[in-house]
Amino acid sequence: MVAADLPYWAQSLLRVLGGTVAVLLPAGTIVYLFLFKMMSFMQSRLGPMEAGPYGSMQLFAEVGKWLQKEDIQPELADKRIFKIAPLIVLVSTFILVAVVPFGPDAWFTNFETGVFYALAVSSVSVLGILIAGWSSANKYSLLGGLRAAGQLIAYELPMVLAVIGVVIQAGTLNLQGIVVSQNAGSMFGWDGLGNPYILTQFVGFLVFMISVQAELTQTPFDMPIAESELVSGYMTEYSGFRFLIFFIAEFANVGVFTLIASILFLGGWGIPFSWFGWTSVDSIDNWMNVVGPLIMVTKMIVLSFIVMWVRFSYPRLREDQLQRFAWKVLIPVSLVNIMITAVLKVMF
Amino acid sequence: MSQFLRDYLTVVWFAAIALLLAGLLLGISALVRPNKPTPQKLIAYESGVDPVGDGWSQSQIRYYIFALLFVVFDVEAVFIFPWATQLERYAGFGLVEMGVFVFVLLLGLVYAWRKGVLRWV
Repeated sequence: MVAADLPYWAQSLLRVLGGTVAVLLPAGTIVYLFLFKMMSFMQSRLGPMEAGPYGSMQLFAEVGKWLQKEDIQPELADKRIFKIAPLIVLVSTFILVAVVPFGPDAWFTNFETGVFYALAVSSVSVLGILIAGWSSANKYSLLGGLRAAGQLIAYELPMVLAVIGVVIQAGTLNLQGIVVSQNAGSMFGWDGLGNPYILTQFVGFLVFMISVQAELTQTPFDMPIAESELVSGYMTEYSGFRFLIFFIAEFANVGVFTLIASILFLGGWGIPFSWFGWTSVDSIDNWMNVVGPLIMVTKMIVLSFIVMWVRFSYPRLREDQLQRFAWKVLIPVSLVNIMITAVLKVMF
Repeated sequence: MSQFLRDYLTVVWFAAIALLLAGLLLGISALVRPNKPTPQKLIAYESGVDPVGDGWSQSQIRYYIFALLFVVFDVEAVFIFPWATQLERYAGFGLVEMGVFVFVLLLGLVYAWRKGVLRWV
């Protein structure tokens, strides 16, 4: 690849620019396409229509508006921690996207333990949310922060356990390796579609997507925000641009998590290798580095459509139902899923 | 520097660009936004009425028990990952071993369940 010939600083610059695009572009797309437009259409209204054609410039208008908002920090708040909290959430999103591969050579980092890294880093945002709730010196914020922490750790487990099924099938923790093993694989000797793990790991996929929904605190699992009882949960005291950072990070996280879901279960950037007679990752043509990201974005939009569809359709779960669902349904199901996958893997 | 360390250095750059971006936007915001604090504006928000008592109210112990359960399961998930990558080599032996391990794990969950720890109220 061309980037390999560049000096290290130029490579790093390219990577961080690519990473910024990979965080902000999905976030903007999801907010405009789903939050502004799809939600409006599902509720029989038009949504933003004034800024640009069909309101497509609304995002820029919003950012301009938020930039001018007064930054209010409550008197009693722990000010330094209060300011750090949104930054931690944003940093967590950025370092999570660092592990996502977008093409055979278009990756930011190529960790051997990529799955492990992704799962570890995805829980850093809990810290930001917890300290945001704590430092605000507000009862709503504190309750929201604690609920968020309780929920995120409860749903972290089924997510981790659901991924193990994929790791057993692929035999590697490297995300690039998981993509390759899906697209180079075959189902009962037929390799026309590769072997996307959504077919063999359908239970794992369901558990993973439900956990992602909860990790992102999207609606059936939005107890931490719960606007009808907690005002805005841990974000209650945030105003102006600090609030917007939380907001951007939330939707950027939707994008990153669905990107990771598409890598684990839908074949990532790849197309079945048999179509073009590729055998390994080295024999892939160079144009996949351009087509790969487009395939990824398509899969991301499909999966985040499902996340948002569920968000706009279902009522909120109660806190006890939410915890019960994670501990008594999802975790046992995913443990059984691991064992069944392992037995089948050893038998065949 | 090895490729391994370079990959981790990239993560540091990603964290740095996140802070830089946030700092830049907050800086622009600081230039254009108004700043007129009043004592009423700076008290904690409690749906419009004056806040009662301290903002750091006491919370329930159940959060602590869930956190404890989480640590147990998460550490055990760490043990499952390396096994999952090498299952093809271990075959039947690994399967039986992990069967015992997951069984003990499930036993722990059933114990917590029977003790009523998993009930939120």
